[in-house]
Amino acid sequence: MSAWSRREFLKGSLVAGSGLAAGIGFPRILTAQGKEPIRVGILHSLSGTMAISEAPIKEVVLMAIGEINKAGGVLGRKVAPVIEDPASNWDLFAEKSKKLLLQDKVAAVFGCWTSVSRKSVLPVFEKNNGLLFYPVQYEGEECSKNVIYTGATINQQATPAIDYLMSPEGGGKQKFYLLGSDYVYPRTTNKILRLYLTKVKKVPESAIAEEYTPFHHQDYQTIVGKIKSFSAAGDAAVINTINGDSNVPFFKELANQGVTADKTPTMSFSFAEVELQTLDVKPLVGHLASWNYFMSLKTPENLKWVKAYKEWCKGHGIPDKQCVTDDPMMHAYIHVHLWAKAVQKAESTDVEKVLRALEGLEIPSPVGKYKVDEKNHHTWKPVYIGKIREDGQFDVVWKTKSWVRPAPWSEVTYPGRDCDWSNSGKGSFDVVGGKRMWLSDKS
Amino acid sequence: MHTLVAVLAAAWVLTGLGGRAAAGPGAFDLEAAASRLAAPATQKDVLGELAGSSDPAVERLLRALKDGALYAWKGRTVLLGDDGGLTDVAGRPVLDSQGQPAQLESGAEAVALDEAHFGLVRRTLERFEVFGRDPLKRQSAAFRLGTSGDPAAIPVLARALEGETNGDVRVALEDALAKLRLRSSDAADRLGAVKRLGWRASEAAVPQLQALLAGETDPAVRAAARTALQDIDRFVVQRNAIGYLFNGVSLGAVLLLMSLGLAVTFGLMGIINMAHGEMLMLGSYTAYVVQEIFAAWFPGYVDSYFVVALPLAFLVAGVVGLALEWGVIRFLYGRPLETLIVTWGVGMILQQGARLYFGDQTSVNSPTWLRGGAEVLTGLIFPWSRIFIVVLALAALGALWLLLYRSYAGLNVRAVMQNRAMAACLGVSTRRVDAVTFSLGTALAGVAGCALALIGTVDPEVGKTYIVDSFMVVVLGGVGKLVGTVVAAVCIGVSNKLIEPAIGGTAAAVYAKVAVLVIVIWFLQWRPTGLFAQRGRAATETA
Repeated sequence: MSAWSRREFLKGSLVAGSGLAAGIGFPRILTAQGKEPIRVGILHSLSGTMAISEAPIKEVVLMAIGEINKAGGVLGRKVAPVIEDPASNWDLFAEKSKKLLLQDKVAAVFGCWTSVSRKSVLPVFEKNNGLLFYPVQYEGEECSKNVIYTGATINQQATPAIDYLMSPEGGGKQKFYLLGSDYVYPRTTNKILRLYLTKVKKVPESAIAEEYTPFHHQDYQTIVGKIKSFSAAGDAAVINTINGDSNVPFFKELANQGVTADKTPTMSFSFAEVELQTLDVKPLVGHLASWNYFMSLKTPENLKWVKAYKEWCKGHGIPDKQCVTDDPMMHAYIHVHLWAKAVQKAESTDVEKVLRALEGLEIPSPVGKYKVDEKNHHTWKPVYIGKIREDGQFDVVWKTKSWVRPAPWSEVTYPGRDCDWSNSGKGSFDVVGGKRMWLSDKS
Repeated sequence: MHTLVAVLAAAWVLTGLGGRAAAGPGAFDLEAAASRLAAPATQKDVLGELAGSSDPAVERLLRALKDGALYAWKGRTVLLGDDGGLTDVAGRPVLDSQGQPAQLESGAEAVALDEAHFGLVRRTLERFEVFGRDPLKRQSAAFRLGTSGDPAAIPVLARALEGETNGDVRVALEDALAKLRLRSSDAADRLGAVKRLGWRASEAAVPQLQALLAGETDPAVRAAARTALQDIDRFVVQRNAIGYLFNGVSLGAVLLLMSLGLAVTFGLMGIINMAHGEMLMLGSYTAYVVQEIFAAWFPGYVDSYFVVALPLAFLVAGVVGLALEWGVIRFLYGRPLETLIVTWGVGMILQQGARLYFGDQTSVNSPTWLRGGAEVLTGLIFPWSRIFIVVLALAALGALWLLLYRSYAGLNVRAVMQNRAMAACLGVSTRRVDAVTFSLGTALAGVAGCALALIGTVDPEVGKTYIVDSFMVVVLGGVGKLVGTVVAAVCIGVSNKLIEPAIGGTAAAVYAKVAVLVIVIWFLQWRPTGLFAQRGRAATETA
């Protein structure tokens, strides 16, 4: 390194030059905003098949960031969103998250919808110690240090739905037809529900039917015929985890063959207000859905939020018909505020410190009290059952007495398994002979 | 509901019956019962007594209690109406000492319903739903009471049956009564109920009959129950067989409809049109757009949108097909691989265009005259939309056959397809025939898409779900043969729908499709030319 080559010299001067430029340029920005903004990533599909569900999530995340900035930002700094569109492509999710973490150096990412997309970004977040907020209900059996799961676990959506259907208000149903699309979420959900029904609810195996159809399946004649026979005595309900477009032919067939919601209700876990706006709702009226949030909730916070979102729609060219709120949107909106509150509390954007601050953090929300679990990176919230109305909204017919503890590992499939990321914790563990056996140590 | 109650109340007063004289086993002094309801100590007992009543005055009383509209007023119990007026338990307006309608003094407190009895009141009130206005609600209330196993519902059902005029509801009420009478202590009653359920072949009563058989001691009832169960079983097997056959025919019609267009473009012309699915999609979106236009501008005629949409879908897809032929395909005749790739690309462009313009999911509402279905046997309903599709498929097939085999234009088409050079020599404009024939094929696809929107989804990728099935039908039927397409569609449809229930397991729909594909592949190995082979010189030329 005694003599500088010409190329190295040029490179060096370029760096110096740009540094100088930055040095001249930056003070002006600093005086304008006080300090450099905190960057956060938004990783939701804005094109492709998932855009219908994910694009509204981006809107509420931006809206929450706007609210935070209006109130003075976090730690006296503004929050600046970096939006990436992974275009419903699972590989692109991993690529874009790498870009957000390494190039944009974002403090947190709000993103993903499908389990596949979450699984594909998980290694990226764990390797680079990023922080992902995930707003959608999912099948559980996961508990990453680098993810805060705000959507429902199975015991916060599916099992309360069973409790409701078996109760007198729900019609005292004794038989269950589990119907879903053939992929991981329905299969895992139904595996857990089957165990829950047989072990906890003492429903005999013969009173449970299970069936899967491929994606985009169109012909539900035979299956609806089976459901009709199965439910002839009026003591059965359908648990529906069919994904996306196949719901249309399924519900049309149900209605046409005279299976009524009144006698044989269908309980769905995978469509909410946003999806209902695009469907012919008539065949669905009276059927049920289980969520942590409905747009029709009458809490003061919700009325305020819905009103604010309507304003936002007007300002951002979203047609009134599409301007609805739903469960994943509520979680996404709340988790941005959760993150901001945690950063404020930690007085830092450092992932470790923010995670410490998030433990047990409580926040008012449209569903009432809402908090992050002290240990397992999931959140506490109530569960509502809603009946579909003609206008694509839900009438709330039932709710849990209070908020429900999140259980990423279901009690029935993995008895005794839980997750702890607090101070001493190392993630998921089994209890063997009264002692914790960390899963990370086993492998 | 309120007017109904008012009318009932008026009738009550006019006939001078009053609560006291209510007929049936539940007749007793309502006024006294009401005042005992108001006392917390006796509330539970009274509710128990009222639970078996079928008296509309009891319904009124209990509803008022549940809604907090029951008041103690000057030593008697009165009901507060929505208009603020007071009535007594028999529904007569309450007058004050001046003979004017009485008013509650402000601060009066309603009779409290103990939380613990809320369920009982709700269950009792549910029984009265068999008197409701909506026949469907009455029917399902009857069904619910029948399965409740609650003998207290018998008098309510019997009274409902007396006044019922709707045939379907009457049957439901009689079924419900029979189910409840299975638990009667009188063996003759039980026998009658068993016979009725067996005669009705009521699948819904199977659990009750089995329960009865397990505990029954009377030999005559036992024998009757066994026969009834056998009868029901036999009926269900027969009914299911008919149902599967209809499902198969209906799927066959769907396949026929979606592949008729392809039978023309691929079968006759030999063009591998990978955008065929997107032509169906165009038809579906035409239905959607017309529906939206009707909903926005002619809301009164929204039910007839489909009549407009069907021919419009034919036109739209036909015009797009014409443009496709003129712009792309005419340069690629005789080059099947290039045609395949180019039409696939066109299909993707159309898909993406639909996604950008319409978004990812929309759906078409069936007009009300195509909702629901015809109940051909107890528990077996043929949906109108599926019957419509069968009829439409037959009509389209008939029209196409007439056009191809009984018209001059059809003669030209067949001439060009069989021997292009000779036809051209005889003065047929082969260019025009090509264009029009291709356009006809896509137009048929448009009609199919429009009709299939009634039972399926409308989304940009819907074409993908159709294209493979369509090609399978045409290839199996034998390229170039209309009759082959028909037979293949029905065969695939029926065998799919017979295999699917036979497989069982948790993914029968997938395995049935796989099984059908395996059969088709095996068949084509055995007979590569399909069910109906093209014979003659043209066939040997193309082979």
